[in-house]
Amino acid sequence: MSLLQVNNLSVWFYTRNGVVKAVNDLSFSVNVGQTLAIVGESGSGKSVCCYSLLGLIPCPPGRIESGTADFDGQDLLSLPIKQLRQIRGQHIATIFQDPMTCLNPYLSIGEQLIEPLIYHKNCSRHEARDRAIALLEEVGIQQARGRFNNYPHQFSGGMRQRVMIAMALIAEPRLLIADEPTTALDVTIQAQILELIAEIQRKRNLAMIFISHDLAVVKDIADHIAVMKDGEIVETGPTKSIFDAPQHHYTRELLAAIPSGSKPESSTVSNTVTSNPPLIEIEHLNTWFGGKNAIVKAVDDISLSVERGKILGVVGESGSGKSTLGRSILQLVRPSSGEIRYDNIELTTLKPRALKTLRRRMQMIFQDPYASLNPRMSVFDTLAEPLLYHGLATRKTVTPQVLELMDDVGLAHSAIKKYPHEFSGGQRQRIAIGRAIAVKPEFIVADEPVSALDVTIQKQILELIENLVEKHQLTMLFISHDLSVVRYLCDRIVVMHKGRLVEQGDTETIWANPQDAYTQQLLSAIPSLQDQQPRSRHHETGDSGNRSSE
Amino acid sequence: MGRFILNRLLQAIPVLLVVITVTFFLVRLAPGGPFSAEKAVPPEVLKALEIKYQLDQPVIMQYFSYLGDLLQGDFGPSFKYPGRSVSELIFSGLPTTAELGIYALLISMLLGTAAGVVAALKPNSAQDYIPMSTAMIGICLPSFLLGPVLMLIFGIGLEWVPVSGWGNIPGDKILPALTLASGYTAYVARLSRGGMLEVMSQDYIRTARAKGLPEWVVVLKHGLRGGIIPVVAFAGPAFAGLLSGSFVVETIFQIPGLGRFYVQAAFNRDYTVIMGTTVFFATLIIVFNLLSDIAVAWLNPKLRGRQQGSIQSGANE
Repeated sequence: MSLLQVNNLSVWFYTRNGVVKAVNDLSFSVNVGQTLAIVGESGSGKSVCCYSLLGLIPCPPGRIESGTADFDGQDLLSLPIKQLRQIRGQHIATIFQDPMTCLNPYLSIGEQLIEPLIYHKNCSRHEARDRAIALLEEVGIQQARGRFNNYPHQFSGGMRQRVMIAMALIAEPRLLIADEPTTALDVTIQAQILELIAEIQRKRNLAMIFISHDLAVVKDIADHIAVMKDGEIVETGPTKSIFDAPQHHYTRELLAAIPSGSKPESSTVSNTVTSNPPLIEIEHLNTWFGGKNAIVKAVDDISLSVERGKILGVVGESGSGKSTLGRSILQLVRPSSGEIRYDNIELTTLKPRALKTLRRRMQMIFQDPYASLNPRMSVFDTLAEPLLYHGLATRKTVTPQVLELMDDVGLAHSAIKKYPHEFSGGQRQRIAIGRAIAVKPEFIVADEPVSALDVTIQKQILELIENLVEKHQLTMLFISHDLSVVRYLCDRIVVMHKGRLVEQGDTETIWANPQDAYTQQLLSAIPSLQDQQPRSRHHETGDSGNRSSE
Repeated sequence: MGRFILNRLLQAIPVLLVVITVTFFLVRLAPGGPFSAEKAVPPEVLKALEIKYQLDQPVIMQYFSYLGDLLQGDFGPSFKYPGRSVSELIFSGLPTTAELGIYALLISMLLGTAAGVVAALKPNSAQDYIPMSTAMIGICLPSFLLGPVLMLIFGIGLEWVPVSGWGNIPGDKILPALTLASGYTAYVARLSRGGMLEVMSQDYIRTARAKGLPEWVVVLKHGLRGGIIPVVAFAGPAFAGLLSGSFVVETIFQIPGLGRFYVQAAFNRDYTVIMGTTVFFATLIIVFNLLSDIAVAWLNPKLRGRQQGSIQSGANE
């Protein structure tokens, strides 16, 4: 029996640059007790379609052009706002993507939690409080009574998402919309939250719409999948048939883009020949932050080496110290103690002047190509600056060199005068990579360079990095929280946990036979397309973080 | 928090010292003196006066002896009102000025915030343009123009309220408070509009709507708490500004407040009164800025529980 039946829904945005057909002629239905996953890349309209059902898109510029959405005998799209409010939160509840920004930082979580009960069910505050505490405990918040009056910033990301889930469930809705509920979370936390959502959905026999960009994530949770592209559903069907026999070429593209399997053979040729001499050797490196009272050991006694011409993957969850490790190597933060030798030059004791000349040989690629490019510098400015600064080109000779760089990173020559905002995320990351390789470095620290990108774009950038490493004989420290990405690209990996190095070795060796308990946990948490060994998810470990003493 | 306040108070010392020093030498650089009047004073009397008030000594000596007195809380005697000390003069005018300032502050905060919130709810509509253009006029109109205009319309034309005075006839406090508040109201309206616009586009507002809360709860409970922060940050400096800037309004409406002493003292070269009032106002400004910053920190749960560390001041532009 279908609880929600959407027919011919079109939502258009009237912007200055013309009409954007965010959702175009969309039809789908969700049954009681079943989960429909809507999968697509950013901008495909998957969130807009769900928000428009609840009247949550900004109008203007948005406008619902046509369609009906039959929910339990009422057309959501033609309902007056007053009655729609009765449905919001009470019958249809939403879990949003980013628990960091979606909870009100000025109100305690308890206050936010009980609101639906007070406004929909006319509960007394006392009664609402008791129910909220019981629900918080159900979603896995320990000592819920004591934490009821805490503020969102006192919870870790995973815990906030649990609060968000409790908030969605509190008025006993019949339809749950989960909009990328795990995208902002670490992989082990993601596994826990996915399990929690699946369990709650089963227990309460909820209908659920699960929005995700990641097919691997929805594989275990969805009964049906609808694949969206450019505002339209290109393919829909039962989960099994989408995975086993995808019909539409875009679905196949999405499936193929998910990094899976080991590093392609082509680039491992050099790998098998010999082990190269190390370019970077780190011994007992410590980078600590903080004052007398609270020391944060971001990097805690780490020793490792990076071989010339190899890619070393650094894997860990947020807060594990992997970025600090990368920055310490480049001396962007000064380590507290330990040795870093770069080509047999000790970096930690190097004078600023000598360091400056070495800087040219070491570059960095950052995670967020939106934030790391200067919005007031054109592609030419961005790429020419390091060349001119390091004296590798003069004003006269710089243009051909910039064009050559653009060829290297796959940017059209016509884009040379454009500014960052005119590019998509993937193209921006190409510019950022171009800037990093402009000065012909030997060593690059890539800090989560693909984690802000859509999966198909991610694949292209990974291939680009792979080609460049080979072409320019680069050595790379590749930092990522995503094990599948690291496996695809890296020769060796080190696993970091709470500042310490818990395991290192050849990628495939670790993959096949992880020794450390934490590595095993990480590997088992990866949502995977293949049916592997049954997952042993560790429920309450790792995510009991309390941020009260930031 | 205690450490933060202590730090700020320590920072105030050099600021005050600079204010004192600059004012002290500036007023003495201005031509004329406290005893140069239209009617010439006999030289021997002038001499006696100068000795009495230590004006015969080198300026640098006067400076240090003034600083010494100040440390003991002594603002010195007035040159123009014989027998009265500067402290007496300040505290005789302060209650009136403070009352006027508080009324104006309340008007500007309440009216300004309300107008800003209303405007922010429907940006770029009539609901936005009308209060905001009115606010723009409020900012542009100086009080020496607005005061007489209000007097003409509501005092003389409509005869709704008294034209001038303070506390003599019921209703005579309305026009001065409104006149003084106008510019600040307008500024608060613009601040709260900006704050609300920013907050209402946050993800957590969408969360609140998705919970099915009535719109007034979304706006007043979820929105206003964050949106009002710029207004709170401005409230301290605004109050200090209202107190120290009220002399125009006080002059127009014949109010015996502190501002008028200040202006008269400047005309009279009443050195100690100028100095005393300036130091007093500077202290007020510092204290109210600090109070604002504390209030802003308190509104933010992240900063509220924090023991140490710096709280950024967004108040002083």
